[in-house]
Amino acid sequence: MSEHATTLAERALSDGAGRTPPGTAAADRRNHRQRLETLRAFVLGAGFPILLIVIWDRAVAITGTRLIPSPYQVAVMMYDFTFGGIYDDAFSGTILTHIFKSMQRVYGGFLLAALIGIPLGMMIGRIKVLRQLLDPTISLLRPIPVTAWLPLSMIFFGLGPNAAIFLVFLGAFYPILLNTIFGVRSIDPRLFEAASMLGCSGAKMFRQIVLPASLPAIFSGLRIAHGFAWILIVVGEMTGVPTGLGSVVMDGRTLSRTDLVITGMIVIGACGFITDRIIVAISNRLLSWSPQHRE
Amino acid sequence: MNDAAAQDILTIRGVTKRFSVGDGELEALAPVDLSIPTGEFVCMIGASGCGKSTLLRIIAGFEEPTTGNVAMYGKAITGPGSDRGMVFQDYALFPWMTVSQNVSFGPRQRQLPREEIAKTADEFVRMVGLERFADRYPNQLSGGMKQRVAIARVLANNASILLMDEPFGALDALTREQLQNELLQIWKRTGVTTIFVTHSVEEAVLLADRVLVMSAGPGRIDSDFRIDLPRPRDVSSPEFNALRRDIARRLTSHLALARA
Repeated sequence: MSEHATTLAERALSDGAGRTPPGTAAADRRNHRQRLETLRAFVLGAGFPILLIVIWDRAVAITGTRLIPSPYQVAVMMYDFTFGGIYDDAFSGTILTHIFKSMQRVYGGFLLAALIGIPLGMMIGRIKVLRQLLDPTISLLRPIPVTAWLPLSMIFFGLGPNAAIFLVFLGAFYPILLNTIFGVRSIDPRLFEAASMLGCSGAKMFRQIVLPASLPAIFSGLRIAHGFAWILIVVGEMTGVPTGLGSVVMDGRTLSRTDLVITGMIVIGACGFITDRIIVAISNRLLSWSPQHRE
Repeated sequence: MNDAAAQDILTIRGVTKRFSVGDGELEALAPVDLSIPTGEFVCMIGASGCGKSTLLRIIAGFEEPTTGNVAMYGKAITGPGSDRGMVFQDYALFPWMTVSQNVSFGPRQRQLPREEIAKTADEFVRMVGLERFADRYPNQLSGGMKQRVAIARVLANNASILLMDEPFGALDALTREQLQNELLQIWKRTGVTTIFVTHSVEEAVLLADRVLVMSAGPGRIDSDFRIDLPRPRDVSSPEFNALRRDIARRLTSHLALARA
């Protein structure tokens, strides 16, 4: 075994050594081009937000407005929000508390939506009677904006985190449900035939065929729903909760502190961005069998 | 194989199939009677719409006959079952499973011990020569490899009838020839009764013990050729070509009739 490994390593080494002299220029050029490409993607991707910040800064300076803070003021606020020690007010150094509270609500609502939406979607997709029973109701309820549920949710759940979780749930539920139904409906019927001739039937079919076969569609639903969940957290936390990133934005509005508003917005954006990357990474891992769904 | 004592594995009695199409009905199969002895290699050939695939799907249990019955060793077939396995033209592999997971799908349904499942998967993956690709996903395989997996998946499930619906129709000529040879080897080794639907007269004469020519409008078995040529068969031999010509003539006579 080790002998074999040595031979392979030696061969690789000698191969490399043998190939280097004539290929140097070409290989270097290829490497160079690749590095340039990476650099360009980075410069373009990071450069555009920097450009926006510069435009923002100049616009504030030129117009002399007092309604919009400059990027520098927001940066100071962000520092104080994260580490404290500048303003020493109710928001100093509280960033983690707010992120944690918001995450609880975002993921409470999101996971609840997934927990109900995926199994329900699989059943609606597979069982015709259920489809006939529920499809019209779903089509009727779906166009109602989540914000229109705000008054009712406050009556149902009172002023508190449960109303926020409910709103996030509503926003996340439909994309998950509809994508799951779509995924199940578009499974190649041959796969069911193949599974049944191999002895798979009934409830086993759901776990072994329906779920994995519709997983690509389910994940695109989860990703859309996850985006909505972060969007809705501001609306959800308008229902009078004392902590959370949404409530920070609402407090900033009440106090006329736009630096705080923009700081809250940036933190929500960053949280949504990072967690979206995590979802993409999970889906790439689970869907490695299906290259057309990889990013 | 042609032992007079050989028991019929499959008996089809008075099977018809009607599909409703819009307001009317389409008669896909006129009454079909057929007996297939255990271990026989049967090819069904015919123009599109002659009901050969429908008959195959009825045997698989995917479709119910409108009248008549299909029985395996005297026991009526009521639905899909692991005693019959289909190899589809478009493979129908489970794309989220590796080659060996696809092959072990049937054994896993029967909840056999883990070691036995692994052993069966290994054995049949090796049988179709894919041991180097055991951990690949179907989309990383060529068409010929996918069809090998589909065959192994049925055989690993211990099926006694192998149903093949134009299995090599989507493959290039070289791969098709190779798979035909491999299929014959596997058939010889396992003795699995094989019902093979094809468009190609040459393929039918090359593979089968018996070729059923089907005709359309409504579908029925028109003629039943016995192919007694020794294997491996020489496609350029006069006997081979005589049979091929006879079968082709039966086939085209219907095409002419159908068009008239």
